[in-house]
Order: sequence, then structure tokens, then C-alpha cells
Amino acid sequence: MTTLELLTGHPLSSPEHAKYAYLYMNRIRKFEEAVEDLFGRGMMHGTMHLSIGQEASPTGVCLALNIDDQITSTHRGHGHCIAKGADLTRMIAELLGKEIGYCGGRGGSMHIADVETGNLGANGVVGGGIPIAVGAALASKMMAKGTVVVSFFGDGALNEGAFHEAANMAAIWKLPVIFVCENNKYGMSSSTAKAFALEKLSDRALGYGFPGITIDGNDVVAVYEATEAAVRRAKEGGGPTLIEAQTYRWKGHSRSDKNLYRTKEEIDEWKAVDPILRFKNVLLERNFATAEELAEIEKRATDQVIEAVNVAVKATPADPAGLIDAVFKKVSA
Amino acid sequence: MSDRMLTMAEAVREAMAIAMEERPEVFLLGEDVGIYGGAFGVSGDLYHRFGSDRVLDTPISELGIVGAAVGAALSGMRPIVEIQFSDFTAQAMDQIANQAAKIHFMLGGALHVPMVLRTPSGSGTGAAAQHSQSLETWFANVPGLKVVMPSNPDDAKGLLLSAIDDPNPVIFLEHKLLYKLPGRDAVAEGSSRIPLGVSKVVRTGKDLTIVATGVMVNKSFEAAARLEAEGITVELIDPRTISPLDMNPIYESVDKTGRLLVVQEAPAHAGFINEVVTQLVGSPSFGSLIAPVKRLAGLNIPIPYAPQLERSAVPQIDDIEIAARDLVKSWK
Repeated sequence: MTTLELLTGHPLSSPEHAKYAYLYMNRIRKFEEAVEDLFGRGMMHGTMHLSIGQEASPTGVCLALNIDDQITSTHRGHGHCIAKGADLTRMIAELLGKEIGYCGGRGGSMHIADVETGNLGANGVVGGGIPIAVGAALASKMMAKGTVVVSFFGDGALNEGAFHEAANMAAIWKLPVIFVCENNKYGMSSSTAKAFALEKLSDRALGYGFPGITIDGNDVVAVYEATEAAVRRAKEGGGPTLIEAQTYRWKGHSRSDKNLYRTKEEIDEWKAVDPILRFKNVLLERNFATAEELAEIEKRATDQVIEAVNVAVKATPADPAGLIDAVFKKVSA
Repeated sequence: MSDRMLTMAEAVREAMAIAMEERPEVFLLGEDVGIYGGAFGVSGDLYHRFGSDRVLDTPISELGIVGAAVGAALSGMRPIVEIQFSDFTAQAMDQIANQAAKIHFMLGGALHVPMVLRTPSGSGTGAAAQHSQSLETWFANVPGLKVVMPSNPDDAKGLLLSAIDDPNPVIFLEHKLLYKLPGRDAVAEGSSRIPLGVSKVVRTGKDLTIVATGVMVNKSFEAAARLEAEGITVELIDPRTISPLDMNPIYESVDKTGRLLVVQEAPAHAGFINEVVTQLVGSPSFGSLIAPVKRLAGLNIPIPYAPQLERSAVPQIDDIEIAARDLVKSWK
């Protein structure tokens, strides 16, 4: 298992921070590519929702969080898990249905949670994690933990009733929660232009009485800075913030997607603003790292993913024998 | 044992107060549970005793309320949710069925959801079809939920304390007609628990076994008292928790009586009583039956409004009495 290496803070506060952020963005990219490859080779079943092209958002957000700050995630959640510090081997193992997987093979891609890093879980239901994040923030306030909770969700979830109810409750109780809407332009095939009558989705926040901000979600620095400000506000008792991080998923919604609803040109336009490449150029311009050092980091990310895959592939498959006893937590005497 | 006679509303309130005194992480949230005291008066004075942080009034947002409880439960708290009418759990079903019920299993066991969802259930108040349902089967058919249906104040108190202790989500269905009825038995002092998953033999008899839930336990008890005068003795069993279900006292009783009547308020079709019958049919006690099993349940209709219509929709004491007598007289 890879050991947890967390170095949070502004990604441009030092070369070490910059390289750390770069490593994490690359870990997410390489992980997703490995998942796609394993699916392609028939080694994984079920489905997958890749976030290739969206790496700046989870990385930038989680750089502004402490290990005990919590997150809720989505069906497109691999990046959130990795950015919060999840173990790559246990993640791959879960996708491969292995006993050592985060869910012991019972959840798969859409249900990875990691208590040690404050990850309350990905979610198979659009908007499902939002009220849960608000409840975690309520607990944080009631127990005076001093922590914040980030709820990641997509543009589609903003049209769920769950968002409405949860956002209002967070607002009236001034809870330490940050709503991070990763607007990747499509809820499956429905574009935001079809599904919203708003230009800026962050304007939704006005209706609840807390700030909303729209940012370039492919700029890891902008994501970090917006999140850091929201975290500060939340910890000072100011209540929630809605951050709309504008981004784009390069791959289809899931395995079944034939990309009938968008053009190759549009996809190529967004590939040109690849968040990883953009951050790489920033680091080179600022002399935070040499091209060789960044190539070495990319290789390290690849090696970490390969190692995780190699361990996970050989791991013991999940055993049906324990399923019945796994439904309820045992009542302690 | 004391001789304190409480209503079920008072007993439920007492259990919540005891749990809140015992554990700082226990709190109550729901619509109008604060200064109003709850739509049925169940939370009563808890707001004044424990303050607005621990008796938390919420907006009218059932999905948000249950979701907040799930998130709080995942993060060290032990919430009790009151949903004003069980019918409104439909608004919150994603958080109940897709989230709370599945998190422990689906996410690999590292997380769990110690949450109780209390809600008034059942008909008899003239509130018509959207405020009168008996929805226990919805919940009982979702693995990961425990489902409790108390029929009297003493059970309600002890079972609720166990439900709050439980590390899993528990749906606690309180029949509205029971709130103001005094119980037959005194309510125990103190904080003793009644374990979930243990059926109770309410009265013993040798001629017929009746298995009933919720308010039907009381109606069956009244019917049994009438039949006793005719020399027919009824053994009445209240499962108390329909999930998990303790069948053993039912098997033992049927082995003794040879006759079984199952009674519920919910519609018969795909209802809980069918589970009791099915498990019995698959057990050795099937061989003890000397009569066909009789079901009494609500009609397969939405609960209607007018009093005479509403009464006709669910089993009444007379119906139980007639069915029970018929089983005993027709099958020797």
C-alpha cells in the first residue's frame, strides 16, 4: 500500500507544494487512464465514470482542506478520493472486486469511502451526498470540531431537490459546508444550456442567502484560492459558499456514451485547456520545477498507479460468504 | 416495576429524554418538534428541557432532514428524526433507502448510520389517503433497515431506547391512535431496554394464535377478551419489530393451538403478514396447523376520508372477533 503523503496549502507557496499538487493531478489522470485500460481489456465489470480533464477541481479543493475535514463525492468520484488521500491500491482493488478494496468489492467505483481521510463516500445517486454533507457540517458545528465539509457534485445535481433543501438548511444554520459544483457542461447528454436558464450556475446561491462564485475549474490555483476563502468563511461561522468550477470531461458520461450530443471540435477545444498542461506551464514559467523534474513526477504518478494495479490484480477476490453478516453493524453488548 | 400509566406519546418522549440525558450526541430534529411540541405532541416540553440545539426545528424539507441526520450520524452524532407523517417519508426515500440503509454494507463497513426515524403511522384520524398509510413493508423490504412497530407505551419506551442505541438505521412507526390511549401495562421506570428482534406473547391461549402489529394488537386483544367469555382462548403475539422478525414464539404458539390468524392495518397485498405466513409454511410448524391460515388486513384501497368509509378500510375489533371465532368453530 502506498503511504499517505499529504502536503496541503497554496500550490504556489513553494516548489514542494507545487510539485505535490502536480503529482496529485497526475495521479488522478494516470489512475483514470489505467481504469479505462482495465475496462477496455475486460478486466473490470460494471461501469465507470471518468473525470479525465477535470483534475484541477478535486486537487485544488483538497489542497485547501485538512485531513479531518470531510468530503462527499459523486459517481464521478475517483479524483475526489485520490485528492483527499485515498490509497490507490485499495481503490483499484475495489474496482476489481477484491477483498482488500475499500468496500470489500461490495460497492465498486461509485461507492468508495475512506474514513481515514474524511471521505464520506462517493454516491450513485445524483445529489445524494449533498444533504449528507450538510448533516456532517451540522455535526461539526454541534460537536465544535472546527472542521469543514465539502460536497462535490456536478451541474446536474444543482437541479435536484436535494440541493435545494440542503443548501437552505446549511444557510439558515450557517453550517461549515462548501458546495463545489463541478460544471462539466453536461448531465449525461443534457447540456447546461438545455437544463438551466442561468448563465452562471453560482447565481443559484443568491436564492439561499450565501455567496456563489464561478471560477475557472481547470486552473488549480484558482480552485485552491476560491476554496481557501470559502473554508475561512465557513470556519469563522459565516456559513456556506457555492463554488461553480467550470470544467469539462473529455471522456463520455460512462461506458455506454457514444458522444452523440457534442462535437469533436468542442472536445478538442477543452483538451487545449488541459488543467495538467496549464499547471505544468505555470510551474516552468515560474521556475518552480524543471521539465525533467516534472517528467520525473509524471513517471512517479504512473509508477504508483502501476504498482497499485499490480498488487490489486493479484489480490484475493471478494468472498460472498460474508455478505449476509455485512448488512448491519453488530450491536455491541 | 412501577404502576405508572403513561400514554405512548409520553413514553416515547420519556425515552428520548433519557437518551438525551445519557448521551450528548443524541438529538431530535424535525418539523415543529421544538416550541410547538410536535404535530402529535410527542416531543412536548423537550425543547424547553434540552434547548433549541438538541431539539432542532427544521424547514419543511423531509429529504434534507433525513440527509442531515445521515450525515450527522456518519460524523459522530446519534440523531432521532421525526417525520411528521409516515406518508411524508416518500419525500425522503432516497436518503432512507438508497443512503442510510446501504452505507454500512455498500461502503465496506467502515461507516455506519446510528439513526432513528420516528414517524406517526396509520389511519383513524380522518386525515384521508395522504396522511393515513401503513408503510412498514416499504422499509422492511430494504435490507439495512430495522423496522419497529410498538403497540403500547411500555414497549415503545424500551424499544426506542434500544433503537437509539443501535448502530444501524431504525424506522420506528408509531400508530397515531396509540398516542393518547393509556397502555394496559405500566411503563417501567428508569432506562431499561427492550431488545429489537424479540416477539412478545401478549396473552396466552390454547385455541388460536393471533399475530398482529401496531394498533391491531390492541384490537385483537379486545376481540380475544370477548371470545374468552365464550370459552375460546386466544394466544396473541406482537412481533414488535417486523425487521428483524422473531418467528420462534409464533412457531411455538401454532404448535400448541393449530390455528393462525394474522392481522395488520396495511393492505394485504404483499404485506408483512404474508411474510409471517410464508415463514410458517416453510417451517415444521406447518404440520401443526389444523385449519387454513386466515388473513385480516386493510382493503387494497387508499384510506378514504368519511368516518364510516375509513373504518371500513381496515380491520376492526368485530372483524377480528368474527374471523377468530370462525377459525375455531369451523376447524376442529
